[in-house]
Amino acid sequence: MGNFSVKVEKFWEIFYEYRGYTRVVTGLKNTLIIAVLGLLIGIVIGTLIATVRVTPKYKTLPKVLNGICSFYVGLFRGTPVVVQLLVTYYVMLPLMGINIPPLNVCVLVFGLNSGAYVSEIMRGGIMSVDPGQLEAGRAVGLSFPVTMLKIVVPQAVKNILPTLGNEFITLIKETSVVSFVGAADLYVAFNYFGTNSYEFMVPYLVMALIYIVLVMLIALGVRLMERSLRKSDRS
Amino acid sequence: MIEVKHLVKSYGKLRVLDDISLTINQGERVAIIGPSGSGKSTFLRCLNCMEDPTSGEIIFKGVNIADMHVDINIHRRHIGMVFQQFNLFNNKTVIENIMLAPVYVGNQARRKAIRHNLYVRLANIFSKNKKPFLKVESKADIKNTAKENAHTLLKRIGLDEKADVYPSTLSGGQKQRIAIVRSLAMNPDVMLFDEPTSALDPEMVGEVLNVIKELADDGMTMVIVTHEMAFAREVATRLLFLDGGHVLEDTDPKEFFDHPKTDRAKEFLSKVL
Ligand SMILES: Nc1ncnc2c1ncn2[C@@H]1O[C@H](COP(=O)(O)OP(=O)(O)O)[C@@H](O)[C@H]1O
Ligand SMILES: [Mg+2]
Repeated sequence: MGNFSVKVEKFWEIFYEYRGYTRVVTGLKNTLIIAVLGLLIGIVIGTLIATVRVTPKYKTLPKVLNGICSFYVGLFRGTPVVVQLLVTYYVMLPLMGINIPPLNVCVLVFGLNSGAYVSEIMRGGIMSVDPGQLEAGRAVGLSFPVTMLKIVVPQAVKNILPTLGNEFITLIKETSVVSFVGAADLYVAFNYFGTNSYEFMVPYLVMALIYIVLVMLIALGVRLMERSLRKSDRS
Repeated sequence: MIEVKHLVKSYGKLRVLDDISLTINQGERVAIIGPSGSGKSTFLRCLNCMEDPTSGEIIFKGVNIADMHVDINIHRRHIGMVFQQFNLFNNKTVIENIMLAPVYVGNQARRKAIRHNLYVRLANIFSKNKKPFLKVESKADIKNTAKENAHTLLKRIGLDEKADVYPSTLSGGQKQRIAIVRSLAMNPDVMLFDEPTSALDPEMVGEVLNVIKELADDGMTMVIVTHEMAFAREVATRLLFLDGGHVLEDTDPKEFFDHPKTDRAKEFLSKVL
Protein backbone atom coordinates (compact mmCIF):
# COMPACT_ATOMS: atom_id res chain seq x y z
CA MET A 1 0.00 0.00 0.00
CA GLY A 2 3.06 2.20 -0.25
CA ASN A 3 1.69 3.99 -3.26
CA PHE A 4 -1.67 4.55 -1.55
CA SER A 5 -0.20 7.60 0.14
CA VAL A 6 0.95 8.77 -3.27
CA LYS A 7 -2.61 8.39 -4.53
CA VAL A 8 -3.93 10.36 -1.61
CA GLU A 9 -1.35 13.05 -2.24
CA LYS A 10 -2.38 13.30 -5.89
CA PHE A 11 -6.01 13.53 -4.83
CA TRP A 12 -5.23 16.22 -2.32
CA GLU A 13 -3.23 18.18 -4.86
CA ILE A 14 -6.19 18.43 -7.20
CA PHE A 15 -8.67 18.79 -4.38
CA TYR A 16 -6.89 21.64 -2.69
CA GLU A 17 -4.20 23.22 -4.85
CA TYR A 18 -6.18 23.03 -8.08
CA ARG A 19 -9.35 23.99 -6.19
CA GLY A 20 -11.06 20.70 -7.08
CA TYR A 21 -13.20 21.14 -3.98
CA THR A 22 -15.28 23.78 -5.79
CA ARG A 23 -16.27 21.06 -8.26
CA VAL A 24 -17.14 18.72 -5.42
CA VAL A 25 -19.23 21.41 -3.79
CA THR A 26 -21.00 22.14 -7.07
CA GLY A 27 -21.56 18.45 -7.70
CA LEU A 28 -22.91 17.88 -4.22
CA LYS A 29 -25.12 20.94 -4.56
CA ASN A 30 -26.53 19.74 -7.88
CA THR A 31 -27.08 16.22 -6.57
CA LEU A 32 -29.02 17.62 -3.62
CA ILE A 33 -30.94 20.14 -5.76
CA ILE A 34 -32.09 17.41 -8.11
CA ALA A 35 -33.00 15.00 -5.32
CA VAL A 36 -34.70 17.55 -3.03
CA LEU A 37 -36.63 19.42 -5.71
CA GLY A 38 -37.36 16.13 -7.44
CA LEU A 39 -38.84 14.71 -4.25
CA LEU A 40 -40.89 17.87 -3.57
CA ILE A 41 -42.31 17.85 -7.10
CA GLY A 42 -42.82 14.11 -6.70
CA ILE A 43 -44.78 14.59 -3.47
CA VAL A 44 -47.05 17.20 -5.06
CA ILE A 45 -47.66 15.13 -8.19
CA GLY A 46 -47.88 11.90 -6.20
CA THR A 47 -50.44 13.31 -3.76
CA LEU A 48 -52.58 14.61 -6.62
CA ILE A 49 -52.44 11.30 -8.48
CA ALA A 50 -53.11 9.29 -5.32
CA THR A 51 -56.12 11.51 -4.53
CA VAL A 52 -57.47 10.97 -8.04
CA ARG A 53 -56.94 7.24 -7.75
CA VAL A 54 -58.83 6.90 -4.46
CA THR A 55 -61.69 9.19 -5.54
CA PRO A 56 -64.93 7.27 -6.04
CA LYS A 57 -65.40 6.77 -9.78
CA TYR A 58 -69.09 7.18 -10.49
CA LYS A 59 -68.75 10.20 -12.73
CA THR A 60 -66.96 10.65 -16.03
CA LEU A 61 -64.34 13.17 -14.92
CA PRO A 62 -62.83 11.01 -12.14
CA LYS A 63 -62.86 8.04 -14.55
CA VAL A 64 -60.98 9.93 -17.24
CA LEU A 65 -58.52 11.44 -14.75
CA ASN A 66 -57.95 8.01 -13.26
CA GLY A 67 -57.16 6.61 -16.70
CA ILE A 68 -54.63 9.37 -17.35
CA CYS A 69 -53.01 8.81 -13.96
CA SER A 70 -52.73 5.05 -14.47
CA PHE A 71 -51.06 5.65 -17.81
CA TYR A 72 -48.66 8.16 -16.28
CA VAL A 73 -47.68 5.88 -13.42
CA GLY A 74 -47.28 2.91 -15.77
CA LEU A 75 -45.09 4.94 -18.11
CA PHE A 76 -42.72 6.27 -15.47
CA ARG A 77 -42.47 3.08 -13.48
CA GLY A 78 -42.05 1.01 -16.62
CA THR A 79 -38.92 2.73 -17.93
CA PRO A 80 -35.49 3.39 -16.38
CA VAL A 81 -34.88 6.94 -15.29
CA VAL A 82 -31.83 7.18 -17.60
CA VAL A 83 -34.09 6.49 -20.55
CA GLN A 84 -36.55 9.12 -19.32
CA LEU A 85 -33.71 11.63 -19.02
CA LEU A 86 -32.33 10.87 -22.48
CA VAL A 87 -35.73 10.89 -24.17
CA THR A 88 -36.75 14.12 -22.48
CA TYR A 89 -33.48 15.93 -23.12
CA TYR A 90 -32.65 14.71 -26.62
CA VAL A 91 -36.12 13.99 -28.03
CA MET A 92 -39.08 15.64 -26.32
CA LEU A 93 -37.65 19.06 -25.51
CA PRO A 94 -35.97 19.61 -28.92
CA LEU A 95 -39.20 18.50 -30.63
CA MET A 96 -41.11 21.07 -28.62
CA GLY A 97 -38.45 23.64 -29.40
CA ILE A 98 -37.70 24.18 -25.71
CA ASN A 99 -34.14 24.84 -24.62
CA ILE A 100 -33.49 24.62 -20.89
CA PRO A 101 -30.30 23.85 -18.95
CA PRO A 102 -29.52 20.19 -18.11
CA LEU A 103 -29.94 20.74 -14.37
CA ASN A 104 -33.53 21.98 -14.81
CA VAL A 105 -34.29 19.05 -17.10
CA CYS A 106 -32.99 16.69 -14.42
CA VAL A 107 -35.12 18.31 -11.72
CA LEU A 108 -38.14 18.01 -14.01
CA VAL A 109 -37.54 14.38 -14.97
CA PHE A 110 -36.71 13.25 -11.46
CA GLY A 111 -39.80 15.09 -10.22
CA LEU A 112 -42.05 13.42 -12.78
CA ASN A 113 -40.40 10.06 -12.14
CA SER A 114 -40.68 10.21 -8.38
CA GLY A 115 -44.27 11.48 -8.73
CA ALA A 116 -45.15 8.08 -10.15
CA TYR A 117 -43.49 6.23 -7.28
CA VAL A 118 -44.74 8.59 -4.57
CA SER A 119 -48.30 8.25 -5.89
CA GLU A 120 -48.19 4.52 -5.23
CA ILE A 121 -46.65 5.05 -1.80
CA MET A 122 -49.23 7.74 -1.02
CA ARG A 123 -52.07 5.57 -2.25
CA GLY A 124 -51.00 2.82 0.11
CA GLY A 125 -50.75 5.42 2.88
CA ILE A 126 -54.21 6.79 2.19
CA MET A 127 -55.70 3.32 2.15
CA SER A 128 -54.03 2.57 5.47
CA VAL A 129 -56.01 5.41 7.10
CA ASP A 130 -59.23 4.29 8.78
CA PRO A 131 -62.14 5.02 6.38
CA GLY A 132 -64.03 6.38 9.42
CA GLN A 133 -61.78 9.45 9.26
CA LEU A 134 -63.05 10.36 5.81
CA GLU A 135 -66.63 9.60 6.85
CA ALA A 136 -66.41 11.87 9.87
CA GLY A 137 -65.06 14.71 7.75
CA ARG A 138 -67.78 14.30 5.16
CA ALA A 139 -70.42 14.03 7.88
CA VAL A 140 -69.61 17.49 9.27
CA GLY A 141 -70.00 18.89 5.76
CA LEU A 142 -66.42 19.10 4.53
CA SER A 143 -66.01 18.25 0.85
CA PHE A 144 -64.04 15.21 -0.31
CA PRO A 145 -60.90 17.19 -1.33
CA VAL A 146 -60.93 19.26 1.88
CA THR A 147 -61.30 16.17 4.07
CA MET A 148 -58.52 14.45 2.17
CA LEU A 149 -56.22 17.44 2.54
CA LYS A 150 -56.89 18.23 6.20
CA ILE A 151 -57.56 14.82 7.70
CA VAL A 152 -56.62 11.84 5.57
CA VAL A 153 -53.43 12.92 3.79
CA PRO A 154 -51.66 14.18 6.96
CA GLN A 155 -52.28 10.80 8.58
CA ALA A 156 -51.25 9.01 5.41
CA VAL A 157 -48.02 11.02 5.25
CA LYS A 158 -47.24 10.07 8.81
CA ASN A 159 -47.74 6.40 7.98
CA ILE A 160 -45.53 6.53 4.90
CA LEU A 161 -42.77 8.79 6.19
CA PRO A 162 -40.20 5.98 6.42
CA THR A 163 -41.10 4.89 2.89
CA LEU A 164 -40.82 8.48 1.64
CA GLY A 165 -37.41 8.65 3.30
CA ASN A 166 -36.39 5.58 1.33
CA GLU A 167 -37.69 7.19 -1.84
CA PHE A 168 -35.47 10.20 -1.12
CA ILE A 169 -32.48 7.92 -0.61
CA THR A 170 -33.29 6.15 -3.89
CA LEU A 171 -33.46 9.53 -5.62
CA ILE A 172 -30.10 10.60 -4.24
CA LYS A 173 -28.52 7.43 -5.57
CA GLU A 174 -30.30 7.57 -8.92
CA THR A 175 -29.12 11.13 -9.61
CA SER A 176 -25.70 9.60 -10.35
CA VAL A 177 -26.81 9.18 -13.96
CA VAL A 178 -27.49 12.85 -14.69
CA SER A 179 -24.12 13.26 -16.41
CA PHE A 180 -25.77 11.46 -19.36
CA VAL A 181 -27.43 14.76 -20.23
CA GLY A 182 -24.52 16.92 -19.12
CA ALA A 183 -25.51 17.91 -15.59
CA ALA A 184 -22.55 18.26 -13.21
CA ASP A 185 -23.16 16.03 -10.20
CA LEU A 186 -20.79 14.31 -7.78
CA TYR A 187 -19.79 11.74 -10.38
CA VAL A 188 -18.74 14.46 -12.82
CA ALA A 189 -16.71 16.18 -10.10
CA PHE A 190 -14.77 13.09 -9.07
CA ASN A 191 -14.39 11.88 -12.61
CA TYR A 192 -12.59 15.15 -13.26
CA PHE A 193 -10.17 14.24 -10.47
CA GLY A 194 -9.59 10.87 -12.05
CA THR A 195 -9.03 11.98 -15.60
CA ASN A 196 -6.63 14.71 -14.51
CA SER A 197 -4.48 12.54 -12.27
CA TYR A 198 -4.93 9.22 -14.10
CA GLU A 199 -5.81 8.00 -10.65
CA PHE A 200 -9.41 6.93 -10.00
CA MET A 201 -9.14 4.92 -6.81
CA VAL A 202 -9.18 7.64 -4.18
CA PRO A 203 -11.64 9.96 -5.96
CA TYR A 204 -14.18 7.16 -6.35
CA LEU A 205 -13.65 6.03 -2.75
CA VAL A 206 -14.29 9.56 -1.52
CA MET A 207 -17.37 9.74 -3.76
CA ALA A 208 -18.70 6.51 -2.27
CA LEU A 209 -18.03 7.88 1.20
CA ILE A 210 -19.98 11.07 0.47
CA TYR A 211 -22.96 9.07 -0.79
CA ILE A 212 -22.90 6.85 2.29
CA VAL A 213 -22.77 9.80 4.65
CA LEU A 214 -25.60 11.52 2.78
CA VAL A 215 -27.79 8.45 2.98
CA MET A 216 -27.06 7.92 6.66
CA LEU A 217 -27.89 11.54 7.44
CA ILE A 218 -31.23 11.28 5.63
CA ALA A 219 -32.05 8.04 7.42
CA LEU A 220 -31.30 9.76 10.72
CA GLY A 221 -33.44 12.77 9.76
CA VAL A 222 -36.36 10.50 8.90
CA ARG A 223 -36.07 8.73 12.26
CA LEU A 224 -36.11 12.04 14.12
CA MET A 225 -39.12 13.26 12.13
CA GLU A 226 -40.98 10.03 12.79
CA ARG A 227 -40.35 10.41 16.49
CA SER A 228 -41.68 13.96 16.62
CA LEU A 229 -44.73 13.01 14.53
CA ARG A 230 -45.48 10.10 16.80
CA LYS A 231 -46.21 12.63 19.52
CA SER A 232 -49.74 12.98 18.19
CA ASP A 233 -50.23 9.36 19.22
CA ARG A 234 -49.46 10.13 22.85
CA SER A 235 -48.87 13.63 24.22
CA MET B 1 -88.00 18.15 9.22
CA ILE B 2 -86.83 15.11 7.25
CA GLU B 3 -89.24 13.54 4.82
CA VAL B 4 -88.29 10.18 3.37
CA LYS B 5 -90.12 9.29 0.17
CA HIS B 6 -89.96 5.82 -1.38
CA LEU B 7 -86.40 5.32 -0.24
CA VAL B 8 -84.72 2.33 -1.88
CA LYS B 9 -81.11 1.32 -1.36
CA SER B 10 -79.56 -1.64 -3.13
CA TYR B 11 -76.05 -2.98 -3.14
CA GLY B 12 -75.92 -4.79 -6.45
CA LYS B 13 -78.78 -7.27 -6.32
CA LEU B 14 -79.18 -6.96 -2.54
CA ARG B 15 -82.11 -4.65 -1.76
CA VAL B 16 -81.21 -3.36 1.72
CA LEU B 17 -83.96 -0.74 2.04
CA ASP B 18 -87.19 -1.52 0.26
CA ASP B 19 -89.39 1.49 -0.43
CA ILE B 20 -89.45 3.28 2.92
CA SER B 21 -91.58 6.42 3.33
CA LEU B 22 -91.91 8.36 6.58
CA THR B 23 -91.56 11.82 8.06
CA ILE B 24 -89.43 12.81 11.01
CA ASN B 25 -90.78 15.93 12.66
CA GLN B 26 -89.05 18.63 14.64
CA GLY B 27 -88.53 17.64 18.27
CA GLU B 28 -89.07 13.95 17.68
CA ARG B 29 -86.66 11.43 19.15
CA VAL B 30 -86.80 8.40 16.92
CA ALA B 31 -85.22 5.15 18.07
CA ILE B 32 -84.49 2.58 15.38
CA ILE B 33 -84.17 -1.02 16.45
CA GLY B 34 -84.06 -4.30 14.63
CA PRO B 35 -81.93 -7.38 14.06
CA SER B 36 -78.38 -7.02 12.80
CA GLY B 37 -78.27 -6.63 9.03
CA SER B 38 -81.83 -5.34 8.85
CA GLY B 39 -80.70 -2.05 7.27
CA LYS B 40 -80.70 0.27 10.32
CA SER B 41 -77.29 1.81 9.62
CA THR B 42 -78.02 2.05 5.93
CA PHE B 43 -81.28 3.86 6.62
CA LEU B 44 -79.61 6.30 8.99
CA ARG B 45 -76.76 6.93 6.56
CA CYS B 46 -79.23 7.65 3.77
CA LEU B 47 -80.76 10.44 5.87
CA ASN B 48 -77.67 12.62 5.33
CA CYS B 49 -76.73 10.90 2.08
CA MET B 50 -73.56 9.32 3.42
CA GLU B 51 -75.00 6.52 1.32
CA ASP B 52 -76.62 7.75 -1.86
CA PRO B 53 -80.13 6.31 -2.14
CA THR B 54 -80.63 4.07 -5.16
CA SER B 55 -83.99 5.78 -5.65
CA GLY B 56 -86.41 7.90 -3.69
CA GLU B 57 -86.15 11.30 -2.06
CA ILE B 58 -84.80 12.68 1.20
CA ILE B 59 -86.42 16.06 1.75
CA PHE B 60 -84.53 18.03 4.39
CA LYS B 61 -85.96 21.44 5.16
CA GLY B 62 -87.69 21.50 1.79
CA VAL B 63 -84.72 20.40 -0.32
CA ASN B 64 -84.33 16.95 -1.84
CA ILE B 65 -80.76 16.28 -0.72
CA ALA B 66 -80.71 12.92 -2.51
CA ASP B 67 -80.64 14.93 -5.74
CA MET B 68 -77.08 14.69 -7.09
CA HIS B 69 -77.23 18.33 -8.16
CA VAL B 70 -77.55 19.81 -4.68
CA ASP B 71 -74.36 20.64 -2.76
CA ILE B 72 -74.70 17.99 -0.09
CA ASN B 73 -71.94 19.51 2.07
CA ILE B 74 -74.02 22.60 2.84
CA HIS B 75 -76.92 20.48 4.09
CA ARG B 76 -74.81 18.00 6.04
CA ARG B 77 -73.62 20.88 8.21
CA HIS B 78 -77.13 21.00 9.67
CA ILE B 79 -77.31 17.26 10.29
CA GLY B 80 -75.02 15.99 13.04
CA MET B 81 -73.81 12.41 12.87
CA VAL B 82 -72.25 10.26 15.56
CA PHE B 83 -70.61 6.95 14.70
CA GLN B 84 -70.24 3.70 16.55
CA GLN B 85 -66.45 3.97 16.25
CA PHE B 86 -66.35 7.68 17.30
CA ASN B 87 -64.11 8.64 14.35
CA LEU B 88 -62.42 11.57 16.02
CA PHE B 89 -59.76 13.07 13.75
CA ASN B 90 -56.58 11.37 14.95
CA ASN B 91 -54.26 14.09 13.69
CA LYS B 92 -56.09 16.86 15.56
CA THR B 93 -56.30 17.68 19.23
CA VAL B 94 -59.66 17.53 20.95
CA ILE B 95 -60.35 21.22 20.53
CA GLU B 96 -59.11 21.18 16.93
CA ASN B 97 -61.56 18.35 16.29
CA ILE B 98 -64.41 20.52 17.49
CA MET B 99 -63.23 23.74 15.81
CA LEU B 100 -62.28 22.32 12.42
CA ALA B 101 -65.63 22.44 10.63
CA PRO B 102 -66.91 25.72 12.16
CA VAL B 103 -63.65 27.50 11.32
CA TYR B 104 -63.62 26.07 7.81
CA VAL B 105 -67.20 27.08 7.17
CA GLY B 106 -66.60 30.51 8.71
CA ASN B 107 -63.60 31.12 6.47
CA GLN B 108 -65.54 29.92 3.47
CA ALA B 109 -68.30 32.42 4.23
CA ARG B 110 -65.64 35.07 4.72
CA ARG B 111 -64.13 34.43 1.29
CA LYS B 112 -67.59 34.55 -0.20
CA ALA B 113 -68.33 37.88 1.50
CA ILE B 114 -65.05 39.33 0.24
CA ARG B 115 -65.85 38.24 -3.32
CA HIS B 116 -69.35 39.64 -2.98
CA ASN B 117 -68.03 43.00 -1.77
CA LEU B 118 -65.69 43.15 -4.73
CA TYR B 119 -68.64 42.83 -7.12
CA VAL B 120 -70.62 45.36 -5.11
CA ARG B 121 -67.75 47.83 -5.28
CA LEU B 122 -67.61 47.39 -9.06
CA ALA B 123 -71.38 47.60 -9.43
CA ASN B 124 -71.56 50.72 -7.25
CA ILE B 125 -69.27 52.58 -9.64
CA PHE B 126 -71.80 52.24 -12.42
CA SER B 127 -75.11 52.37 -10.61
CA LYS B 128 -76.79 55.16 -8.68
CA ASN B 129 -78.47 53.18 -5.94
CA LYS B 130 -75.50 52.02 -3.94
CA LYS B 131 -75.68 48.48 -2.61
CA PRO B 132 -74.43 47.84 0.93
CA PHE B 133 -71.33 45.76 1.65
CA LEU B 134 -71.45 42.51 3.57
CA LYS B 135 -69.70 42.40 6.90
CA VAL B 136 -66.38 40.55 6.69
CA GLU B 137 -65.40 38.87 9.92
CA SER B 138 -61.65 38.67 10.52
CA LYS B 139 -59.99 35.24 10.49
CA ALA B 140 -58.98 35.71 14.11
CA ASP B 141 -62.58 36.48 15.10
CA ILE B 142 -63.83 33.37 13.35
CA LYS B 143 -61.26 31.29 15.16
CA ASN B 144 -61.90 32.86 18.55
CA THR B 145 -65.64 32.44 18.31
CA ALA B 146 -65.17 28.77 17.38
CA LYS B 147 -62.71 28.32 20.21
CA GLU B 148 -64.98 29.87 22.83
CA ASN B 149 -67.85 27.78 21.61
CA ALA B 150 -65.71 24.63 21.73
CA HIS B 151 -64.66 25.33 25.33
CA THR B 152 -68.29 25.91 26.30
CA LEU B 153 -69.23 22.57 24.76
CA LEU B 154 -66.32 20.79 26.44
CA LYS B 155 -67.27 22.24 29.81
CA ARG B 156 -70.79 21.00 29.28
CA ILE B 157 -69.50 17.42 29.11
CA GLY B 158 -66.86 18.01 31.78
CA LEU B 159 -63.88 17.47 29.47
CA ASP B 160 -62.47 20.97 29.13
CA GLU B 161 -59.16 19.88 30.64
CA LYS B 162 -58.73 17.50 27.68
CA ALA B 163 -58.92 20.33 25.12
CA ASP B 164 -55.29 20.07 24.02
CA VAL B 165 -54.67 16.34 24.05
CA TYR B 166 -54.87 13.99 21.07
CA PRO B 167 -57.76 11.50 20.82
CA SER B 168 -55.52 8.44 21.22
CA THR B 169 -55.06 9.31 24.91
CA LEU B 170 -58.79 9.24 25.68
CA SER B 171 -61.12 6.48 26.82
CA GLY B 172 -63.90 5.31 24.54
CA GLY B 173 -66.54 7.12 26.56
CA GLN B 174 -64.59 10.36 26.43
CA LYS B 175 -64.06 10.00 22.69
CA GLN B 176 -67.74 9.47 22.05
CA ARG B 177 -68.79 12.43 24.18
CA ILE B 178 -66.34 14.60 22.28
CA ALA B 179 -67.61 13.22 18.97
CA ILE B 180 -71.09 14.32 20.05
CA VAL B 181 -70.04 17.88 20.86
CA ARG B 182 -68.01 18.02 17.64
CA SER B 183 -71.31 17.58 15.82
CA LEU B 184 -73.05 20.06 18.10
CA ALA B 185 -70.45 22.72 17.26
CA MET B 186 -72.16 23.12 13.89
CA ASN B 187 -75.52 23.83 15.56
CA PRO B 188 -77.29 21.02 13.75
CA ASP B 189 -81.07 20.87 13.41
CA VAL B 190 -81.06 17.12 13.88
CA MET B 191 -78.63 14.54 15.23
CA LEU B 192 -78.14 11.03 13.86
CA PHE B 193 -76.60 8.38 16.12
CA ASP B 194 -75.52 4.98 14.83
CA GLU B 195 -75.19 2.67 17.82
CA PRO B 196 -73.26 5.29 19.81
CA THR B 197 -72.59 2.98 22.74
CA SER B 198 -71.99 -0.37 21.02
CA ALA B 199 -68.21 -0.03 20.90
CA LEU B 200 -67.92 1.02 24.56
CA ASP B 201 -66.94 -0.89 27.65
CA PRO B 202 -70.06 -1.37 29.81
CA GLU B 203 -68.94 1.10 32.48
CA MET B 204 -68.75 3.90 29.91
CA VAL B 205 -72.17 3.43 28.33
CA GLY B 206 -73.88 5.49 31.00
CA GLU B 207 -71.83 8.65 30.58
CA VAL B 208 -72.52 8.73 26.83
CA LEU B 209 -76.22 8.00 27.21
CA ASN B 210 -76.43 10.82 29.76
CA VAL B 211 -75.07 13.32 27.25
CA ILE B 212 -77.62 12.14 24.71
CA LYS B 213 -80.37 12.39 27.32
CA GLU B 214 -79.41 15.97 28.10
CA LEU B 215 -79.61 16.75 24.41
CA ALA B 216 -83.04 15.19 24.33
CA ASP B 217 -84.12 17.33 27.28
CA ASP B 218 -82.96 20.40 25.35
CA GLY B 219 -85.40 19.46 22.62
CA MET B 220 -82.92 18.27 20.00
CA THR B 221 -84.47 16.31 17.15
CA MET B 222 -82.70 12.98 16.94
CA VAL B 223 -82.65 9.65 15.21
CA ILE B 224 -80.80 6.97 17.09
CA VAL B 225 -80.02 3.40 16.14
CA THR B 226 -79.52 1.53 19.37
CA HIS B 227 -79.47 -1.79 21.15
CA GLU B 228 -80.10 -0.11 24.51
CA MET B 229 -83.74 -1.06 24.87
CA ALA B 230 -84.24 0.63 28.22
CA PHE B 231 -82.81 3.82 26.82
CA ALA B 232 -85.04 3.66 23.73
CA ARG B 233 -88.05 3.15 25.92
CA GLU B 234 -87.19 6.00 28.24
CA VAL B 235 -85.90 8.65 25.87
CA ALA B 236 -87.48 8.03 22.48
CA THR B 237 -90.81 9.56 21.48
CA ARG B 238 -91.16 7.21 18.55
CA LEU B 239 -89.86 3.81 17.67
CA LEU B 240 -89.15 2.23 14.30
CA PHE B 241 -88.68 -1.52 14.10
CA LEU B 242 -86.77 -2.48 10.96
CA ASP B 243 -86.48 -5.91 9.47
CA GLY B 244 -85.42 -6.98 5.99
CA GLY B 245 -85.35 -3.41 4.74
CA HIS B 246 -88.94 -2.68 5.80
CA VAL B 247 -90.28 -0.59 8.66
CA LEU B 248 -92.45 -3.24 10.31
CA GLU B 249 -93.57 -1.09 13.22
CA ASP B 250 -93.67 2.68 13.58
CA THR B 251 -95.13 3.38 16.96
CA ASP B 252 -94.87 4.67 20.51
CA PRO B 253 -91.90 3.02 22.30
CA LYS B 254 -93.85 1.89 25.34
CA GLU B 255 -96.58 0.50 23.13
CA PHE B 256 -93.93 -1.36 21.14
CA PHE B 257 -92.24 -2.97 24.12
CA ASP B 258 -95.50 -3.83 25.91
CA HIS B 259 -97.63 -4.82 22.93
CA PRO B 260 -95.54 -5.60 19.83
CA LYS B 261 -97.86 -6.21 16.92
CA THR B 262 -95.83 -8.18 14.39
CA ASP B 263 -94.49 -11.67 14.94
CA ARG B 264 -91.01 -10.53 13.88
CA ALA B 265 -90.99 -7.88 16.59
CA LYS B 266 -92.21 -10.35 19.23
CA GLU B 267 -89.50 -12.77 18.21
CA PHE B 268 -86.87 -10.03 18.26
CA LEU B 269 -87.93 -8.77 21.68
CA SER B 270 -87.97 -12.25 23.16
CA LYS B 271 -84.31 -12.54 22.15
CA VAL B 272 -83.03 -9.19 23.38
CA LEU B 273 -85.08 -8.54 26.52
N1 LIG C 1 -71.24 -1.06 1.45
C1 LIG C 1 -71.98 -2.19 1.39
N2 LIG C 1 -71.84 -3.03 0.36
C2 LIG C 1 -72.58 -4.16 0.29
N3 LIG C 1 -73.48 -4.53 1.20
C3 LIG C 1 -73.67 -3.74 2.26
C4 LIG C 1 -72.93 -2.52 2.42
N4 LIG C 1 -73.32 -1.91 3.56
C5 LIG C 1 -74.25 -2.72 4.09
N5 LIG C 1 -74.47 -3.81 3.32
C6 LIG C 1 -75.43 -4.89 3.59
O1 LIG C 1 -76.67 -4.30 3.84
C7 LIG C 1 -77.37 -4.99 4.86
C8 LIG C 1 -77.79 -4.01 5.94
O2 LIG C 1 -76.64 -3.50 6.56
P1 LIG C 1 -76.74 -2.46 7.75
O3 LIG C 1 -77.55 -1.31 7.31
O4 LIG C 1 -75.35 -2.17 8.19
O5 LIG C 1 -77.52 -3.28 8.86
P2 LIG C 1 -77.66 -2.99 10.42
O6 LIG C 1 -77.07 -1.66 10.71
O7 LIG C 1 -79.14 -3.06 10.67
O8 LIG C 1 -76.95 -4.10 11.11
C9 LIG C 1 -76.45 -6.08 5.35
O9 LIG C 1 -76.84 -7.30 4.75
C10 LIG C 1 -75.10 -5.66 4.85
O10 LIG C 1 -74.31 -6.79 4.57
MG1 LIG D 1 -75.39 -1.08 11.92
